[in-house]
Amino acid sequence: MPKQTFILNGKSVTVNVADDVRVLWVLRDILKVTGPKYGCGINVCKACTSHVNGKAFNPCSVKVGDLKRTDEITTIEGLATLDGRKDLHPMQQAWIDRDVAQCGYCQPGQIMEAVALARRVRRERRSITEADLDAIRNVCRCGTYTRIREAVVQGARAMGPND
Amino acid sequence: MTSTTVQPAEHPDESGRGLGRRRFLGYVLGGSTLVTAADLSLGRAAHAAGIKSAPQVSEIYDLEDLQTDAALPTAQLIQIEINRDGTASFAIPRMEVGQGIVTSTAMIIAEELDLPVEKVRVTLAPARPELLLNQLTGGSNTTFSTYTPIRVAAALARGALIEAALPLLEANADRIQVIAGTITNIDTGESIGFGDLSEAAAWPVDRISEVVLKEESDFTVIGTPRNRTDARAAVTGAKEFSMDLDIPGALPTMVCRPPTLNGTPERLLNRREVMRMDGVTHVAKTSRGIAVRARTFGQCIDAIRAMKVSWNAGSVEGESDETILAELRGAELPFTPLTQIPDLPLGNRTLEIDCEFMFRSSAALEPYAAIASVTEDSAEIWGGLKVPILAQQDIAQMLGMSQEQVTVNVITGGGSFGHKLFSDHAIEAAECSRAFGNVPVRLMWHRADEPRQGRLHPMVTSRVRAATGGGLLGGGRKVYGYEQRNTSVVTDFSHGLGEMITSISADDLPLNLGELTYSQSIFLLTQELGYDFGAVTQLLNEVDDRFNTGSMRNIYSPDTRVAAEMMVDALAKDARMDPMEYRLEFLRNENTKRALRKVCKEGNWGRTMPPGTAQGIAIHREYKGTTACLVEIDCRPATVNRKIREAVTGPRVTKGVFAVDAGLVINPRGLEAQMMGGFADGLALTLTSSVHLKAGHFLEASWDNYFYTRQWNIAPEFEVHVLESDRPGPGGAGEAGVAATAAATANAYVRAMRIDPTKQTMRFPVNHDTSLSAFTPKSFVPPVPVSPTNGLKLTR
Repeated sequence: MPKQTFILNGKSVTVNVADDVRVLWVLRDILKVTGPKYGCGINVCKACTSHVNGKAFNPCSVKVGDLKRTDEITTIEGLATLDGRKDLHPMQQAWIDRDVAQCGYCQPGQIMEAVALARRVRRERRSITEADLDAIRNVCRCGTYTRIREAVVQGARAMGPND
Repeated sequence: MTSTTVQPAEHPDESGRGLGRRRFLGYVLGGSTLVTAADLSLGRAAHAAGIKSAPQVSEIYDLEDLQTDAALPTAQLIQIEINRDGTASFAIPRMEVGQGIVTSTAMIIAEELDLPVEKVRVTLAPARPELLLNQLTGGSNTTFSTYTPIRVAAALARGALIEAALPLLEANADRIQVIAGTITNIDTGESIGFGDLSEAAAWPVDRISEVVLKEESDFTVIGTPRNRTDARAAVTGAKEFSMDLDIPGALPTMVCRPPTLNGTPERLLNRREVMRMDGVTHVAKTSRGIAVRARTFGQCIDAIRAMKVSWNAGSVEGESDETILAELRGAELPFTPLTQIPDLPLGNRTLEIDCEFMFRSSAALEPYAAIASVTEDSAEIWGGLKVPILAQQDIAQMLGMSQEQVTVNVITGGGSFGHKLFSDHAIEAAECSRAFGNVPVRLMWHRADEPRQGRLHPMVTSRVRAATGGGLLGGGRKVYGYEQRNTSVVTDFSHGLGEMITSISADDLPLNLGELTYSQSIFLLTQELGYDFGAVTQLLNEVDDRFNTGSMRNIYSPDTRVAAEMMVDALAKDARMDPMEYRLEFLRNENTKRALRKVCKEGNWGRTMPPGTAQGIAIHREYKGTTACLVEIDCRPATVNRKIREAVTGPRVTKGVFAVDAGLVINPRGLEAQMMGGFADGLALTLTSSVHLKAGHFLEASWDNYFYTRQWNIAPEFEVHVLESDRPGPGGAGEAGVAATAAATANAYVRAMRIDPTKQTMRFPVNHDTSLSAFTPKSFVPPVPVSPTNGLKLTR
């Protein structure tokens, strides 16, 4: 069985599993990191959204064998603890302030998407627009979309240069 | 535990404001720490009285009453425990699915106990067979039915703690105060915490005790907006759903399902090949397909895609939307002859509305999922289950065990929307565990399985006819008769709500529902038109039980209300009146008028809007409450034809204003959240989301096929107004946001599009026919799509 090594939430991990198993299942079923959720398995619902090297990606659509040893995967569990911060990421705090979650199933993915969006517009030296919010593909079957929009804007404003 | 029946010490008075409403009996249970209990059936207040003329069934006795009354004959104790660490524990016999009952229940207990909400631990009770019908989460009934008993148990605990504290503090009862879980002697300043009193307040044997509940005017927790108690867990990934539980040995399990609806497996033709696949541990035939257990779900998917299976025919081979619709059309009930409508003047006119509502999937984002660990003589289940007792019974029967041999743990659900009223997933998990030779399994449905083989909201037609007046001197305003005839594919109520009806003898029901089917009874118990339209009848007729259906959030109401409110707009137009003014003239209930006035004021009703855009309004009455909604819609080509990858865009609701009178509100923030969610559902029902039946199977298999409301569909502007209520107790909230939204959206749509709905059949969702071209159906063999591998090219 091949050994797969990558960095997960700041720590190097090695797993014995076939190359073609998607990262989502390596995280959830083998490493028991269950923040990223299954909602479709085909990169549509975005419930599993996490970060690879600081950008949003969907682990349901990446073979574990395609990860490099130096690739840094961040799941919702690792969002706040990076950079030595132990409390909440500003985006998580915005989510709490707006009491966004209902069932909560999609929210880890929503938050990881929101953080990536905030970083993207920062790279583009602009702020989040209604069009950016309209383009978020993450499904929320509880229909929390209105509060998500409010929280994304609030969280992005609160994010510092290292967030 | 004693079997004494608990009754209110005094009969509740009708006004609901006197002392009698607040005085109850409950128990202090024998034990080493303080445990108090109240009978869950205390939740029932006196029937509403004083309805003056020809009420519909649901005005005097509705689904809330039915669910609450179903429990009356049994003593069903719920308990609050005061722990040594100063916290209080309560296991609610209901399921949290996102609707916020864990939070609101903690608030109710905190209020009555004078304990901080953070110190109240609310968990979900496992299946408790002794609760019989009183462990069903549905019909927006949780707070309505549990509010009083929970308060009684909490107030008893507070009383027992005070009683124990008095000698220790050397205080008289009138010289102490209770604040935030601490009892203080006002004169000496000495104080003692609940935790330190837990043992002293305990009694060696059960005793019955009287208690007076707090005055509502003294509430400081109830009615104050509060964030969810699980908010932090939800945003850090710590909140656990069924598939996140680490049950030893419970490996991922999925089922290869048939290519047509409800087909059954004949044989797996390449078993040896599948067994050799990487990670696969077990393969077995089950009643609904071929199950596979593997190290990861990804390997289950791979195995399913490799399976070669011979299948038996399904339940609707060859059928399509058109054939089912034709079947419904053929079963439609006629309207009453006009000659039988009282006082109908000569020169009367009739208006008709004819609507078709297509099949919709009620699936949540968390697909059906459950863990099962079955042995020769026991079974333990973990899953999101709204009727866990029925799951326990069904699983016991399937496994040939007694009910006591089956433990059913209720896990917080990732949404439900009526989907988890059924226990299909738990039963299937137990079946797989047994079929594999009694090994633990973690069963999950693939997303593709949900719209294709899962529970649906049935296809419905709704026809409305209103007979209006002779046109003489304003007579045209009056409506002499309103008739609504819904014809539907059968809604499956075998999850327990149906049993509730049969458990109540016909004599106890205010009107004779005894001769009706489950579905017809529930229809009558939920539908209240709300307008003074003369002779009003709303009837349901059902045909065809071959589909997997269920009571999707708000059950019959959105469809019924859409057709009804379109008729109200048509009547207003006929009377040359403004739709708001017309409603205000004919609405029977003052609270409904108030809600309507509120949304019209806040939403600037009647403002001038560009061609292709319009406002729409609607009201709804249900769950002991009332709602109103105003929307603005944009149907201009630039909006309708927006291009978003793999999406249905279509008309966009650009603004939503919602008002709700839900009676006493426990948590306004939670109530607003439920209206917001219901609003998103209402948009989906009217505009975008449906499944298409073709050649015996449903085509949808993905969230990019089934067009539930997405960010590009949601209204950029949305506000909720929670109205002060003159009703004393709480109503229902979980479903209350859907119907008025769906109807207001339909009304706005036809106005913007300049459609006269009395002249043409309306099909909902309006995008049903065009959304077919928005996706290519995924394969039926294999029944699940391959997971992509290009994710690293799509980072963003």
